[in-house]
Amino acid sequence: MRHLLSTADLSLADAVRILDTAGSMAATQAREIKKLPTLRGRTVVNLFFEDSTRTRISFETAAKRLSADVINFSAKGSSVSKGESLKDTALTLQAMGADAVVIRHHASGAPHTLATNGWTHGSVINAGDGMHQHPTQALLDAYTLRRHLMGPGDVTGRDLAGLRVAIVGDVLHSRVARSNVHLLHTLGAEVTLVAPPTLVPVGVGAWPARVSYHLDAVIADEKPDAVMMLRVQRERMSSAGGGFFPSPLEYTRRYGLDARRLDALPDHAIVLHPGPMNRGLEISADAADSPRAVIVEQVANGVAVRMAVLYLLLAGSDAPAGTISDEAKVNA
Amino acid sequence: MSPAVPTENDETVADDDAGNVVLGAPEIARALTRIAHEILERNKGGADVVLLGIPTRGLPLARRLAERLIAVEPGLHASQLVGSLDVTMYRDDLAHHPTRTIGETDIPGTGLDGKVVVLVDDVLYSGRTIRAALDAISDLGRPRAVQLAALVDRGHRELPIRADYVGKNLPTSTGERVRVLLQECDGRDAVLIEGGAR
Repeated sequence: MRHLLSTADLSLADAVRILDTAGSMAATQAREIKKLPTLRGRTVVNLFFEDSTRTRISFETAAKRLSADVINFSAKGSSVSKGESLKDTALTLQAMGADAVVIRHHASGAPHTLATNGWTHGSVINAGDGMHQHPTQALLDAYTLRRHLMGPGDVTGRDLAGLRVAIVGDVLHSRVARSNVHLLHTLGAEVTLVAPPTLVPVGVGAWPARVSYHLDAVIADEKPDAVMMLRVQRERMSSAGGGFFPSPLEYTRRYGLDARRLDALPDHAIVLHPGPMNRGLEISADAADSPRAVIVEQVANGVAVRMAVLYLLLAGSDAPAGTISDEAKVNA
Repeated sequence: MSPAVPTENDETVADDDAGNVVLGAPEIARALTRIAHEILERNKGGADVVLLGIPTRGLPLARRLAERLIAVEPGLHASQLVGSLDVTMYRDDLAHHPTRTIGETDIPGTGLDGKVVVLVDDVLYSGRTIRAALDAISDLGRPRAVQLAALVDRGHRELPIRADYVGKNLPTSTGERVRVLLQECDGRDAVLIEGGAR
């Protein structure tokens, strides 16, 4: 693994390895001293062309916990606002010796362009591109699902075979949904997408998931082990709501997770949300604050998952910046 | 191929495999019993001792030492006596090997502060694993003392580190490979020397 661009690229073995490594990282984060010397001397650049709080802070925390140097770059206040291209920005970062570039961009495919054109020798990690992919979010969701639903006991080495997951809400604009559909399918879970017809993307028939327009029917018939609520991305819906649904109230009535729907879920079912939440729109305060909501834990797991991704991409000699020794020294 | 990150043994277990057997199962058992008594003697009992095995093969060795300590001092409890200490993330040679899988670190609930930590590993060679282990320990607590037990000391140290308890000193050339096989990981107990003179 050299880059992490899309969950569709991950094999089952890759995905389980990342989750297992995340488990090891999470164990170190329970200690008093959380910092590890593992990536000392490596440089990670956070290249954010789009606003983000938790993803950027999460990557920054993960890199710092592994002792890497972190450079934060946000498009606002940089030369990008003077018209610099992605290529020139990337070449600049390359000249500064970045070992990994964590990129968030409003254009789908920007991380792929960065990774495949030789502009940077480092690893490229997609932290969200347009309406395409957000692989570390899907990985932290899968890690959270595995921890809660595949136990009790040690879940190391397990996949998510047999789990039923409902992904509910604004699927059309959601890179989280796209990443999760592929990853959860690879891990053996069954995914049902629930959205109003206007928020279901064209071509969804090719995705490894079922589609339903009725949340109550899915809860009653499929008894999902987890529901993942998606944020209604009003900033991506053009003026006056964009006509995707008649009114926020109607959306909430049909697709919002409230106390009644929470009660209708199986007893063991958990509630996920990638954040930031629109309380009162796609999720009620009752649901968001219930003990079955693992939304805050998702954030903590995000640091462990991103540490795992950075470790697997940067630490070994198969990582781009490492020098490969001819003969491996033994024992020590 | 590095025995420090073992691929589960792909060889057919036969007694005439490539290496010379330098220690068999009875010799390994005797060496561990002697080390156990040395640990108790040096530390005037086992009350404050914590045995930390370094995965993969240090951990079963630490467990076997603990059994022997408990046989002598029945007041000790295995759960407070043995732990595992993975040093992968503290190694200085990570960039020279394919990505290593991170092992398990499990420190007894009583912690390390004020204890006598005995690190347990199968082979002592360059000393770099032990350096990494010392760094890992300092992030986990402040033991009163740290000691080192190794089943085999094959020499060729690259750092000023020595073992307090040694099962067998085994002078080797750097071209040779020392392999420790343990019942728990490999289905039998033996120490082999392979290769060399090439």
